[in-house]
Amino acid sequence: MKIGVITFPGTLDDVDAARAARYAEAEAVPLWHADHDLRGVDAVIVPGGFSYGDYLRCGAIAKFAPVMTEVIDAAKRGMPVLGICNGFQILCEAGLLPGALLRNAGLHFVCRDQWLRVENAGTAWTTRYEPDAEILVPLKSGEGRYVADQSTVDELEAEGRVVFRYVGNNPNGSRNDIAGVTDARGRVVGLMPHPEHAIDALTGPTDDGLGMFLSVLDAVVKA
Amino acid sequence: MARVVVDVMPKQEILDPQGQAVANALPRLGFDGVTSVRQGKRFELEVDDSVDDAALAKIAETLLANTVIEDWTVRRVES
Repeated sequence: MKIGVITFPGTLDDVDAARAARYAEAEAVPLWHADHDLRGVDAVIVPGGFSYGDYLRCGAIAKFAPVMTEVIDAAKRGMPVLGICNGFQILCEAGLLPGALLRNAGLHFVCRDQWLRVENAGTAWTTRYEPDAEILVPLKSGEGRYVADQSTVDELEAEGRVVFRYVGNNPNGSRNDIAGVTDARGRVVGLMPHPEHAIDALTGPTDDGLGMFLSVLDAVVKA
Repeated sequence: MARVVVDVMPKQEILDPQGQAVANALPRLGFDGVTSVRQGKRFELEVDDSVDDAALAKIAETLLANTVIEDWTVRRVES
C-alpha cells in the first residue's frame, strides 16, 4: 500500500503527512509537483502549506502543476485523494471538490486545537470513525471559510457529503460550520483542519487524526 | 500591442470581510458617509494582436478569477 504525498514549492506539511502514512503502516511515496508521475501510488495526499506563496488565490497556481493533472485523472478513476488545508484549497480550485475557501470572517489567522464531528463515516478516508464521533485536531489557517452557492450547499447536505463539521464556535465563518467535504463517490475528501498533526499524543493534542490514514488502507484493500 | 484590464470582484452574495474592515476604518479617519466597501483585484495585461476577446475571456475565467466566488470583466484600454 503506497500513499503519495505531493510537495509543491511552499508546501509545509508534507513531512507530517508522510509520517502519518507511515504510522498507518503504509509506504509514504514523495511526489514532486513538476513530475507527470504518480509513481504507482494507491492514494494521494495533497498536504498543507502555502503552495506558490498563495499567489493569486490559495491553490490557484498549484492546480495547474504537472502532478495535479495526474491526480485529477486518477481521482476521476476513483483513486482516494485527501486534501488538507492548502490541499483542500487546491482540490476546490481544481474542481475535484465543490466550493471555495476564503479569508476567515474575523480576518484573524486561527491556530488552535479544534473539535470536529465526523458527519460521514462512509468515505474512503473516514470508515475507521464511528458516525458522529467527535475528534480533536489542530486547525491553522487564515483562509478557511468554506463557501459555495446555496444550491451546492443544499446538495452537499442532502447527499451527506459534509464529512466534518466544526463543533462549538465556528472558527472562520464557514457555511453551515463545514470543515470538510467529499465528492459524489466519497473517494476525494478535503478538510481545513490537520489530522496529520494529531496521530500521536506525544506530538499532537490527540491521536484522533490517525483514523483517516488507517481508513484509506481499508478502502484500497477493498477496491 | 494593447493593454487589457481585467477586474475581478467577489460576488455580491459573498461576504467580503476585508472590504468591511476598510469601511470600518474610514470613520475612524474622519471620512464619513462611505456606506460600503468591497475589495477586488485589477490585472493589467499587455497583449499582442494574436490574443482575441475569446482568449481573454478564457484567461479571466480559468486563472484570474475563480467563478465560484468571483465575477470578472475584461476591457481593452488605450495604451
